[in-house]
Amino acid sequence: MRVLQLALRRLAASVPTLFLIVVGLFLLLQLAPGDTVDALVAQMGGGDPAMIAEMRRFYGLDAGVATQLANYLWRLVRFDLGFSAIYGKPVAAVILERLPTTLLLMGSALALAFAAGTALGVIAARRVNGWPDTLISTLGLIFYATPSFWFGLMGVVVFAVWLAWLPAGGLREIGAGYAGLALVLDMARHLILPTLTLALGFLAVYLRIMRASMLEVLNQDFVRTARAKGVSEGKVVVRHVMRNALLPMVTLIGLQAGTLLGGSVVVESVFALPGLGRLAYESVVQRDLNMLLGIAFVSAILVIVVNFTVDVLYARLDPRIAADS
Amino acid sequence: MLTRRQALLSTSALGLVACLPRLGLAQAEPVRGGVVTVHVNAEQRILNPSLRASTGVYLMTSKMLESLVDLDAEGKPTGVLATGWESSEDGRTITFTLRQGVTWHDGTPFTAADVQYTALEMWKTQLNYSTQLQQYLDAVDTPDDHTVVFRYSRPMPLQLLLRALCDLGYVAPRHVFEGTNILENPANTAPIGTGPFRFVEYQRGQYIIAERNPDYWREDFPYLDRIVWRIINDRAAAAAALEAGQVQLSPYSSLSLADMDRLRTDERFEVSTRGNEANAVFNTIEFNCRHEALKDVRVRQAIAHAVDVDFFCENFLYGFGKPATGPIPSSSPAFYPEGEPPYAFDLDRAEELLDEAGFPRDDDDQRFSLRLLPTVAGEDVPLFATFIQQSLAELGITVEIIQYDAAGFLSKTYRDWDFDLATGWHQYRGDPAVSTTVWYRSGSPRGAPWTNQFGWQSDEVDELIDQAASELDPAKRKELYARFVEAVNAEIPVWMAIERQFISVTSTQLMNHHTTPRWGSSDWHDLWIRG
Repeated sequence: MRVLQLALRRLAASVPTLFLIVVGLFLLLQLAPGDTVDALVAQMGGGDPAMIAEMRRFYGLDAGVATQLANYLWRLVRFDLGFSAIYGKPVAAVILERLPTTLLLMGSALALAFAAGTALGVIAARRVNGWPDTLISTLGLIFYATPSFWFGLMGVVVFAVWLAWLPAGGLREIGAGYAGLALVLDMARHLILPTLTLALGFLAVYLRIMRASMLEVLNQDFVRTARAKGVSEGKVVVRHVMRNALLPMVTLIGLQAGTLLGGSVVVESVFALPGLGRLAYESVVQRDLNMLLGIAFVSAILVIVVNFTVDVLYARLDPRIAADS
Repeated sequence: MLTRRQALLSTSALGLVACLPRLGLAQAEPVRGGVVTVHVNAEQRILNPSLRASTGVYLMTSKMLESLVDLDAEGKPTGVLATGWESSEDGRTITFTLRQGVTWHDGTPFTAADVQYTALEMWKTQLNYSTQLQQYLDAVDTPDDHTVVFRYSRPMPLQLLLRALCDLGYVAPRHVFEGTNILENPANTAPIGTGPFRFVEYQRGQYIIAERNPDYWREDFPYLDRIVWRIINDRAAAAAALEAGQVQLSPYSSLSLADMDRLRTDERFEVSTRGNEANAVFNTIEFNCRHEALKDVRVRQAIAHAVDVDFFCENFLYGFGKPATGPIPSSSPAFYPEGEPPYAFDLDRAEELLDEAGFPRDDDDQRFSLRLLPTVAGEDVPLFATFIQQSLAELGITVEIIQYDAAGFLSKTYRDWDFDLATGWHQYRGDPAVSTTVWYRSGSPRGAPWTNQFGWQSDEVDELIDQAASELDPAKRKELYARFVEAVNAEIPVWMAIERQFISVTSTQLMNHHTTPRWGSSDWHDLWIRG
């Protein structure tokens, strides 16, 4: 019940944020020269003025900015995200088609980064200043400093072009007609490189945070007390140190959910994945205002949901926080 | 390269190949079956070539829908859905005889009514470039099911119409579109045509699939089972997909020039402009003649003299291009007037011209500054923009490059006229009257992209353009266009600097590819895969 209350309060607080995002983005896009018909005509390689005027009417671009914004907001109130000029379909339908790919990519990248980052961070902290720590920290630094698209391209060159172990791109083998388990395995194979590419940078951050906070907690009095009580070393690390060290990590997940969406634009382009990130990029280039606003809206909701989940997790890890709220 | 799975799928291919000696495969009997995967760099909003004239649309749709005519291996118009054509003496009536026994993919017979409907509801009113071509089309009669008569209010040269119809003559099914909102019709993204391949599936952002049409009118064609177009935006990713064998063909290729140069030495690929002769592209410099300096023809000439096109082609385009001699490319024998590039690289002459025009160097050795807007096209456009910038710096002209995306460029250049120089592409479409002369003809309304928005006007050129567009005698037309080229070369409101053709990267396992001058936009009915 308390969780539900918290959820409702959170959602209510995010409504003005969403409103500001949508209006801000709408006005910002008005500043960009050219509209969706210009983009369309550029793609076609030309057209004559009568046809262009007709298309502006067709897409409702002949109305003033205020009218267009009012129309949009009125539709949004009725949960109608509008019609996409690029795809000729309702925005909601297109986003729903693309969302699973992005969620899959984000989810697996985040899980990998978090799990591997935590494990490596723990190992590094336990062997601080020893060779495992040096190795892990150096690797972390390299992962952090290298742009993800470069990792992606190198992965493609090595594993797809030279060794031919993994596919060079796409979400699945087109036209192979897999179903069931075969389809899952095929998609997993296609997702290995993009997930690694997207995860490595984040992994480095988790690793460093985990290492630092482990080291910090390890020096605290209650750890010394636990050891003095004769608690086994394994239990000290897992029950006492890790549980406390995980708090900043969980915070980071919430913060990174948004960044991850941005990072997926690059990865989705390099691996030709049909996700939300690339859709957003194409919508900007093609001036598909409805689509872009729809994506911003959905992404904002996504970030809010992740942050909410993080809050709940937080309360689970540290009961004092739940008591405060 | 074919993936193993695809090879296994086409068992017929394996069977045949097994019987054949390895040598002499090139002359071997065509193999039936197999899947060809094609690289597409950007997806299209509409897959209907009767509504959208663009190579990006043809690349996919020309396999599913057909045009009245196409170009044969020699570059001459040859019948596809039309089998014969005839013009009346005054050029106002053009009669097409249509092919019999053709059916749409949904089983409905193809008739003259389809052509009539498409011509009036799409070609004349909706299709870009075609509305201008067909503006004097008054009526389309259908005396019987297999005859259509186009009636024009001004003479229409038969050769012009035929060359234009290769691109602007795709026929859409009347029974699918009639009585609906044409732009919103679902058949625009799930095309129904008469072509050798039938539409199967369009997954946005991923792929388009078409499969063999078993009822195709060319008996025993096509050879392939399927064509898959994969949408890969990233240049490097596309090159990797080719090398990994996931993709066999990249027509009108958008790969990076460095990758194409690299793949040129790879024996698994053919990298060539062969089969793209009818899709000539110019790199342009467009002058805003309202600018105080640029309105002086000597300044425009000086700029043309200052850019070393040969050097650029050799060092930046890897030799894929040559200096142009005017707005009609050498690959258009019906109109090409021969000649030399009008403005050879000559810095001294350029300095002289600028001094004569009254723009001497100031105390800082500078003459004036210009804003240059590059359009969004291939990799060569930003390179050329930088090259122009550096070339003009030698003359004491400071150039600021202002980069917009496609929509921004279009509205800044053609609606707001907010530019001094612009650089981009001009694509020549078989006949100067189709899309070339609009770059020079005055009187185009503000905002119409790729028309004369340069504030330049010449009565003589306007007159030549109008005459040539309705001149029936081919020899006289050629003569008129030669005069047109001479006139615009002298005045250069737009400088067509470099003449290029699209490049295709093709796996050497594909046979019968790039056999006609607009092959990427043709139907691929005889394309097959070597085992």
